[in-house]
Amino acid sequence: MRAFTQVDGLVAPMDRANVDTDLMVPKQFLKSIRRSGFGPNLFDELRYLDEGEADSDNSRRPINPEFPLNFPRYQGASILLARENFGCGSSREHAAWAMEDYGFCCVIAPSFADIFQSNALKNGILPITLSALQVDTLFERLYEEDKFRLRVDLEAKTVLLPDGELWSFDVDAFRRDCLLKGLDDIGITLERADVIRSFEQRHRERFPWLFEDIVL
Amino acid sequence: MAQTLYDKLWDAHLVEQREDGTALIYIDRHLIHEVTSAQAFEGLTLAKRPVWRKSANLAVPDHNVSTLASERRGGLAALPDPVSRLQLQTLDDNCAAFDVTEILLDDPRQGIVHVMGPEQGAVLPGMTVVCGDSHTSTHGAAGALAHGIGTSEVEHALATQCLIQRKMKNFRIEVTGHLQAGVTAKDVALAIVGRIGTAGGTGYALEFTGTAITGLTMEGRMTLCNMAIEAGARCGLVAVDTTTIDYFRDKPLAPKGEHWERAEIWWRTLQSDADAEFDAGIEIDGSAITPHVSWGTSPEMVAGVHGHVPRMVDMADETARNGLARALEYMGLSEGMPISDIQPTAVFIGSCTNSRIEDLREAAAVLRGRRISPTVDKALVVPGSGLVKAQAEAEGLDQVFLDAGMEWREPGCSMCLAMNADRLLPGERCASTSNRNFEGRQGSGGRTHLVSPAMAAAAAVMGRFVSVDEVLSSGIETRGGI
Repeated sequence: MRAFTQVDGLVAPMDRANVDTDLMVPKQFLKSIRRSGFGPNLFDELRYLDEGEADSDNSRRPINPEFPLNFPRYQGASILLARENFGCGSSREHAAWAMEDYGFCCVIAPSFADIFQSNALKNGILPITLSALQVDTLFERLYEEDKFRLRVDLEAKTVLLPDGELWSFDVDAFRRDCLLKGLDDIGITLERADVIRSFEQRHRERFPWLFEDIVL
Repeated sequence: MAQTLYDKLWDAHLVEQREDGTALIYIDRHLIHEVTSAQAFEGLTLAKRPVWRKSANLAVPDHNVSTLASERRGGLAALPDPVSRLQLQTLDDNCAAFDVTEILLDDPRQGIVHVMGPEQGAVLPGMTVVCGDSHTSTHGAAGALAHGIGTSEVEHALATQCLIQRKMKNFRIEVTGHLQAGVTAKDVALAIVGRIGTAGGTGYALEFTGTAITGLTMEGRMTLCNMAIEAGARCGLVAVDTTTIDYFRDKPLAPKGEHWERAEIWWRTLQSDADAEFDAGIEIDGSAITPHVSWGTSPEMVAGVHGHVPRMVDMADETARNGLARALEYMGLSEGMPISDIQPTAVFIGSCTNSRIEDLREAAAVLRGRRISPTVDKALVVPGSGLVKAQAEAEGLDQVFLDAGMEWREPGCSMCLAMNADRLLPGERCASTSNRNFEGRQGSGGRTHLVSPAMAAAAAVMGRFVSVDEVLSSGIETRGGI
């Protein structure tokens, strides 16, 4: 996983509550067996005026000029500002892959759906939870100022506003450590293989029926 | 100390609690399908990691399969869409390479992973169950701790037989009294999501208790737990009782003989202790729940069939007003309009929420001897599995649907997520027994109204949303006659 330490990035708005992962990556793109290449289809139905298919040439599709991510002022954004319950619905990790592939490494919202939050953290994307009031403030400033940027420091757990105001945020200590070092979960867990094996042995004695081969 | 059901399941699977608050939880069963597994198997291959315990895994293709008998007859190789064929072939190839048991596309037991799992006894009470699908919460109906996971976690579970988790909080939803006739588990689920909202359960394990819940069949409990994720909760739970144990008694993969005896003793302990403390709770009067219809683009946007779409003045703040305005525009509805004025032209009966035999019986009871409205031009019935299909055909339900003017399809996820060719056209309005009414969910520009199978059948007959009673007393009794 790509490590995340600090980012000084342009902020783009996604000004609606309950953004679901179907909206982030519509179903037709889930046919891909790859992990990469979802960026051009992030928010596909909002971004383009036609209906995209898995094999569409996205560079030739008509762009929706009214969708903020298509505005010139937000090109190159790496921080997405959103409303509550961001990433609800389907568990599709394609949503996180699309965010990463598009170039976002951070999402700020008042709350996140559990599965998306977990998927994001495993893909080098930092979800930052701020209060609804703070998020309101960020939206106001974002709309007022051209090229509104934030500086996010994961080590210090802070967000620095352009006027010098510094806000702190909370993040799961384990996830923070993984992100800072770019660690992959599986490697960490396999370091505990002996502990898992001895648990498994006790579990097997207690619940032997759970360990029978599946014979169909 | 008194424990909740979730506490008990957590403790029984806790491999290791770490100082930072995370824990390793052991996974008993891992269900796999074609859409969220390919990248996980690729990860194992790249890292040269084996599958930790092969007997824990069971795969089945479901999300992206054709439901047309004409396309299914020739097996995987004959499927017309090459992109889908590659995805399905990749599942077969990965299962073969990693020695994972798979129910193949042409097997009569193939079906939606959350229908097949309990049906085969691959999911059992007291298990931890994961699957790369958010509706894995379904299996909480069995008193199993079941989480939907992303693909990185699919890979993690395959490689380590564990998940890294933080213990969730406990939320009790008590539904008292008894449901009225014509009110189903789906209506209870929609009423709950409407009450607590799509983020109301975030960070919690929801336990559904009360007489209206214990009165549900296993199928009904699955429908309810299935939609726990629509309230933001990764898992929903119902305590084990005789209904649960009787359901699993004859399932193919259920324990046998002495193992069954031992299992039953453990399963009978799978309830929250009487004095267990919950971090949150609500009580709902089950006898007051009416048949529900979703009117908007989020599963919390629901109303009773005799209710109305909300008005702007009822909204609490600017974000809510914007949300309502956007939903009304997308759905092509006006504020304050009666739900019974909404006229779907498509009907979908299926999905992991409502495609089990009981759901089909419920819909068929409304449709028997009736025809769908001439204004309804698309009506799909998609059984949840090959075994559900065979049972429905043995009971003549397929003929009831066909006589009514509906299509009787092969098992799969179908128009719930519209990955295959089963989808709504832009602007098309559907009465759907599925679980999500998000923008574009059932097809780009499609408009979804979530309802129970009986309500979908009633809408099919009347061409608008009505309660089942209104169909039964409508005079639309015989085929084609009004």
